[in-house]
Amino acid sequence: MAEERRTLVRWLLGGGFSASVVSFLYPAIRFMSPPAVPDAAVNEVSAGRVQDFKPNSGKIVKFGSRPALLIRAGDSEWRAYSAICTHLNCTVQFQESSHQIWCACHNGFYDLNGKVVSGPPPNPLEEYAVRVRGDEVVISRRA
Amino acid sequence: MPETDTERTRQGWFEERLGLSALREFLAHKQVPLHSATIWYYFGGITLFLFVIQVLTGILLLLYYRPSPAEAYESVQFIVTRVEFGWLIRSVHSWSANLMILTAFIHMFSVVFLHAYRKPRELTWLSGIALLGLALGFGFSGYLLPWNEVSYFATKVGTDMAAAVPVIGGGLARFLRGGDDVGGATLTRFFGFHVAVLPGLTTMLLLVHLALVQRTGMSTPPWVKDANPPQMPFFPNFFLREMMAWYGAMGVLGSLAALFPWDLGVKADPFASAPAGIRPEWYFLAPFYTLKLIPSHVWVFEGELLGIFGFGLLAVWWVLLPFWATNREGLLRTRWVTGAGVALLAYLTVFSMLGYWR
Repeated sequence: MAEERRTLVRWLLGGGFSASVVSFLYPAIRFMSPPAVPDAAVNEVSAGRVQDFKPNSGKIVKFGSRPALLIRAGDSEWRAYSAICTHLNCTVQFQESSHQIWCACHNGFYDLNGKVVSGPPPNPLEEYAVRVRGDEVVISRRA
Repeated sequence: MPETDTERTRQGWFEERLGLSALREFLAHKQVPLHSATIWYYFGGITLFLFVIQVLTGILLLLYYRPSPAEAYESVQFIVTRVEFGWLIRSVHSWSANLMILTAFIHMFSVVFLHAYRKPRELTWLSGIALLGLALGFGFSGYLLPWNEVSYFATKVGTDMAAAVPVIGGGLARFLRGGDDVGGATLTRFFGFHVAVLPGLTTMLLLVHLALVQRTGMSTPPWVKDANPPQMPFFPNFFLREMMAWYGAMGVLGSLAALFPWDLGVKADPFASAPAGIRPEWYFLAPFYTLKLIPSHVWVFEGELLGIFGFGLLAVWWVLLPFWATNREGLLRTRWVTGAGVALLAYLTVFSMLGYWR
């Protein structure tokens, strides 16, 4: 009887202690997990004026809170991609000499269609639509 | 000189309250084995010394550093250009961080090659490896704090590697970044890790590690056949030699910090491309270069995932070294362990060099 009572008290004390530890830790762990802050939905941005971009050049422009790469491949040939490398999240750049998109972090190359040419990137770059409105270059998310 | 009554009374007063005679007794009996590899015993202490330097210079830097993307770079710039000896304090902090990781690696490999991890020192090995992991965590979190271009992209890559871990990766990366991308939330979070969480954990684990070393004593390598090898008293003989080693480390540290002040680089711009020639700190160069070499797909697997899985397996295998180092009969596989140590050391050295130069 005394032994059973002792076991019960041990369980109650142990359970109560464990529950209190969980009740201390749970809010702390939840506190460390960052709340989801929704991105302002950006579907279209103005990248600048046509004359700001010379042929065979690329420029990083803001697409909401993310970088986008706008390339003027020829006089009237424009391309735009998400500038975030699909390998490990670095920001890519247009390499004029090779006429390709290059990620300096792990030497990944994409062609001007955003497809992987060489190196470790596993997927193509996300492509955006480019339109020229008057002398303004506009980048938008593809439907 | 004979002790005066006053001195005796004073010693008695402290003795009554602190019981220092027990410590004196312990120190008087503590011995350190003397053999051809005794010199490697000093590297644990040097690592501890560099950690203390880190804490002291870190506290000084805290007086001026401001952890926000708008101010972090400028506050470090202020420290190195306007604050008296600011350049030196920051340089000592950066150099001692790197030297500490170097001496921690030397200490770890000396434990491997002297087979000091073997029974009953498995927990000492595990606590040491955990300390090395914390030291790398210090390096990774501290690297971002100046908010420069290189550190920004290194953090993007590092946290994205965490994201590739199956099942928990997404949550882990969000936890590290404090959001979906590397930004202000990441900087304040890394600052918190760097100055509070990691020092707290390291201090606790360091005490455990040192207590275990005291509990089991210094290990003698298996090739020392003598059952009672020559010993030297820990105090004052070994202690004074260790102090000389610390003094030497201080000299090296001071010279490096003064002659090669740590560069601040260019301020991070989240809307700029990663610059050519970007690479992480030297102790992350080997995995960095390996990831560069792995193609986008290997058979049906993504190369990146395969690489991270490989590093994970390698880490688990290394952590469990004391447990696979003995066979079923309890005999030590010294050749296996030495071979594994040489192979790992060769991989780290060669790939770090390739990562630096290519």
